[in-house]
Amino acid sequence: MGDHQQRVILAKLGLDGHDRGIKVVARILRDAGMEVIYLGLRQTTASIVAAAEEEDADAIGLSMHNAGHLTLGPKMAEAITAAGLDIPLIIGGIVPDEDVEELMDAGIAAVLGPGASAEEVVATVQNAISARDKA
Amino acid sequence: MTSSISDAATTLFQSAVKGERRSLGKLLTAIERGGDQAEIIAGLAHQVSGNTHVVGITGAPGSGKSTLTGRLLKLFSEAGDKLAVLAVDPSSPLTGGAILGDRIRMDDLAGEESFIRSMATRGHSGGLALAVPAAIQLFDAVGYEPVIIETVGVGQVEVDVAGAADTTVVVVTPGMGDAVQANKAGLLEVADIFVVNKSDRPGASDARRDLELMLDLGHVSGLEQMTGYRPPIIMANSLDGTGADEVLDAIKSHAEFLRSSGKIEIRRKERLVMEIQNRIELLIGSTASVTLESDLGASFVTKVLDRKISPAEAAKSIVASITANE
Repeated sequence: MGDHQQRVILAKLGLDGHDRGIKVVARILRDAGMEVIYLGLRQTTASIVAAAEEEDADAIGLSMHNAGHLTLGPKMAEAITAAGLDIPLIIGGIVPDEDVEELMDAGIAAVLGPGASAEEVVATVQNAISARDKA
Repeated sequence: MTSSISDAATTLFQSAVKGERRSLGKLLTAIERGGDQAEIIAGLAHQVSGNTHVVGITGAPGSGKSTLTGRLLKLFSEAGDKLAVLAVDPSSPLTGGAILGDRIRMDDLAGEESFIRSMATRGHSGGLALAVPAAIQLFDAVGYEPVIIETVGVGQVEVDVAGAADTTVVVVTPGMGDAVQANKAGLLEVADIFVVNKSDRPGASDARRDLELMLDLGHVSGLEQMTGYRPPIIMANSLDGTGADEVLDAIKSHAEFLRSSGKIEIRRKERLVMEIQNRIELLIGSTASVTLESDLGASFVTKVLDRKISPAEAAKSIVASITANE
């Protein structure tokens, strides 16, 4: 659907106060024409799932800077699946290269690191959404 | 084609009525997108709506609307109310994107039964004027009571949307201007309740005095006698929750005033008339735009450019040609 306005939820999960990066990503996605529903700090898997349902989101972006990604990333993916939602989950932040495969195996659609350009961020989110739409 | 759109909308609507939140989320998306499906959904909702109390909350950017809304969410939820919040934020006029951040200030305080939806203005004000009433009717039809609509108090449509609520709360902050400003600002005239937020800051009592003075002048001019109602002014600090319970009480008192005075029917009729009016303008406007871009329209533009006819005459001719075709 070409005229569909893409809506993306951005959140920090759990105890992780580093929100500079997620604010930059919010701005990048906004300037790419997306609607960003910004949930901010200290969210839970339940609050993110509830927001995704209410906002009819097309994708969820999690920012992780506390080395909890291997625990919380898969938990978030499980919560999305358990709620019966078919929405891609993208993780951005500090994720060591060797952890990426494990996250992808756990159902995370993409991982964005600190070196990602604005174009990469936008393309990654858009690809994740269109991959879901085709499936 | 049309019947399949209609079937899909009906299925989603029935599921939303049963309490399926995701279906409600999808219906709201369709309403925002506009077009045939949005009209079908709005039609379904309209049939069974008209009962919920609609509260509009508006004020300048940064005045604390979302934080106050969060406080009200908590109080209503604690009282067992199942309420919906529609938080409207502006879209970027350049890219069409938006950062919708109102939930940050609401999520912690929302009860599980409540429903929050963020809506971007999406550039075209006409769309917002249609989408908001439709969303309110949808929340109403699905059983949310009350419905809070939060908009930035800049731009006529945003003010109109909040002003069309049953109860309109206008949030001001210290330092917003002197008594003259308080009198001339159109935003203040739609208020049923004033909240002076950030009341711990210097100038809060001045802001209150200016508002009192403005209301006193309404007493002198006869406006107050005409409406039979004087908006209360509540000092609040939404950060720590001060005054939120008073705002809740004021909303309930105003609702009671509307019921006992019979003004609720008048307000709701006015709101529906405004919606019809907006839809007429959009229908005629979009047809006229098509005509303006056609060869016929181009010939009028040429005549205007050559100073043979005025823009007003061209507009009249174009509207006349539309009505002649129908």
